[in-house]
Amino acid sequence: MAQRKRSIWVFGDYRNYFQNRVTLQLLSRATDLAKKIGAEVCATVFGHEVDEWVGEYIAHGAARVYVCDNPGLKFYSTDIYVALMERIVRQYGPEIILVGATSFGREFTPRLAKRLKTGLTADCVGLDVDDAGLLVQTAPAFGGNLLTRIVTPEKRPQMATVRPGVFQEIPHNYQATGEIVNVPLPGDLPRDRIRLISSERQVSREQKLGEAPVVVCGGRGMGSKTRFKNLFELARVLGGEVGATRPVVYAKWADEDALVGQADRHISPKVLFSFGVSGAIQHTAGIKNAGFIIAVNKNPNAAMMKMADVAIVADAGQVCTTLIRELKKRIRT
Amino acid sequence: MLKMIVCMKQVPMVSDLPWDPVTGTLTRDAAEGMMNPACKHALEAALMLKELCGGQITAMTMGPPMAEEILREAIALGADRCLMVSDPKMAGADTLATSFTLARAIEIFCPDFDLILCGCHTSDSETAQVGPQLAEELDIPSIAAVEDLDLRGNALRIKRVSDNFLETLEMDLPGLVTVATGFFTPRYASMAGLHDAFREPGILTVGARDLGLGEDAVGLQGSATRIMDIFSPVAKKENIVLKGAPKKIVEELLDRFDDTIGSLIRKDLKAVK
Repeated sequence: MAQRKRSIWVFGDYRNYFQNRVTLQLLSRATDLAKKIGAEVCATVFGHEVDEWVGEYIAHGAARVYVCDNPGLKFYSTDIYVALMERIVRQYGPEIILVGATSFGREFTPRLAKRLKTGLTADCVGLDVDDAGLLVQTAPAFGGNLLTRIVTPEKRPQMATVRPGVFQEIPHNYQATGEIVNVPLPGDLPRDRIRLISSERQVSREQKLGEAPVVVCGGRGMGSKTRFKNLFELARVLGGEVGATRPVVYAKWADEDALVGQADRHISPKVLFSFGVSGAIQHTAGIKNAGFIIAVNKNPNAAMMKMADVAIVADAGQVCTTLIRELKKRIRT
Repeated sequence: MLKMIVCMKQVPMVSDLPWDPVTGTLTRDAAEGMMNPACKHALEAALMLKELCGGQITAMTMGPPMAEEILREAIALGADRCLMVSDPKMAGADTLATSFTLARAIEIFCPDFDLILCGCHTSDSETAQVGPQLAEELDIPSIAAVEDLDLRGNALRIKRVSDNFLETLEMDLPGLVTVATGFFTPRYASMAGLHDAFREPGILTVGARDLGLGEDAVGLQGSATRIMDIFSPVAKKENIVLKGAPKKIVEELLDRFDDTIGSLIRKDLKAVK
């Protein structure tokens, strides 16, 4: 059998800054993996008037971009995108397909994998290749308390959705060149079975929280809603965002979108300040990717204190106000 | 009459679990099980639709025999009938094999369904893939992570937040939805419900042979993915403990970790002498 040039594909999800970042992060990782297995990196771009994104993906590492530009593709549709992707995957036979684990990615990719009768690993937090060139996918299980390494030994392509923020994008290279393959819109695509009645941009802090380098998280140990409010001031001084535990959200000290932990509520700050958080599994699962953790709790044995780099045994509310004061003093000078 | 199927899964109640180092799959019978939280929300959504429009709810699961518990729980909560898909050959199924098996069971035992409801994800493997893949296998439309359901004739109108867009979508039935966890707060079982659950005779249990499926189509053999290993991410933390008066602690914190904290906020946090 003739050996075709192996390729790693990245699904171009460009709808807004956040989704586009995931695509760029995946292009970066795909570039590393491609070197190891002697493959080339390709991206797909579906939509209407999408030249900007084609250029961006080439500048971020794509050697080839498959573009289907048509007014009929203006809205992301699972039914239509799956049908279209299936056609070009069958035609070009990529070895690996990576998709950002956005809401759309997590709805579109399972159907595509099923259509292609191949394996798919969800919400990966690590990707590598082994000596045999197999894609080794690391995925969280049990709320991130366990990690699983998964391979798809025989079926092709090997497919994964990847959690945003796991990989670093490579800098934009204006000199980069790439091949553009224009894919005509097949005339016999199925109709979309989902009717879009309305779609409005939600003003949500959730994504900001997920990407914030500094997060100040508060739990019931803050004592009261009034004292919890000080965390917002601390976050402001530190240029960070405020996260909250489930009990705090239930008590209405913080909004639902500040919730950290459980499905899709993961944060990965470089520094996490944790005030009065006991460290229930649902919460700690959401902060597994945090870099440096500073926890404050009266109880030195709280789970949160055990997993901290610095565990401060004291009243969370007092430390919060003292820290605000001290920071302001030092920053001002 | 609206015929609904709620697909549910029993998940382990504890977080650190023994797993089989040979196959790399979890030995599920070692842990106490519970109904996956998101599945409870899916059942609640079905119960709400039933209360509004009438209908029949079939609760269905695939798993080891002990998973029957969650079907009885579903009856206690208001499900009308149950289907248990269980076979040792089905062990170790990935989402591809699971959705394939569920689809065959549905085609044989509840072919005239209108709506399938699944939880948006499980608390153990967390893939959120079985719902969409089951819809694909049955060739029906699906919408993930729905927050509100409104049946209008044969069309189901849903609301959800997807990638920060508040969407209102509509699909004709038959279709599948996966239900988000922030809504449809699960009810408690009533006394009458519990009575029904205990009075319920044997639950219909079907295996691979009843579904006309060979060994190679189900379980680990029917799966495209293989688990290499499962491990616990070990946190390597120094765990420095600071105690004393808040002022003293805060000063020590900022003095010792000036670089870590200061570099992030681009400020020099050294104390003024």
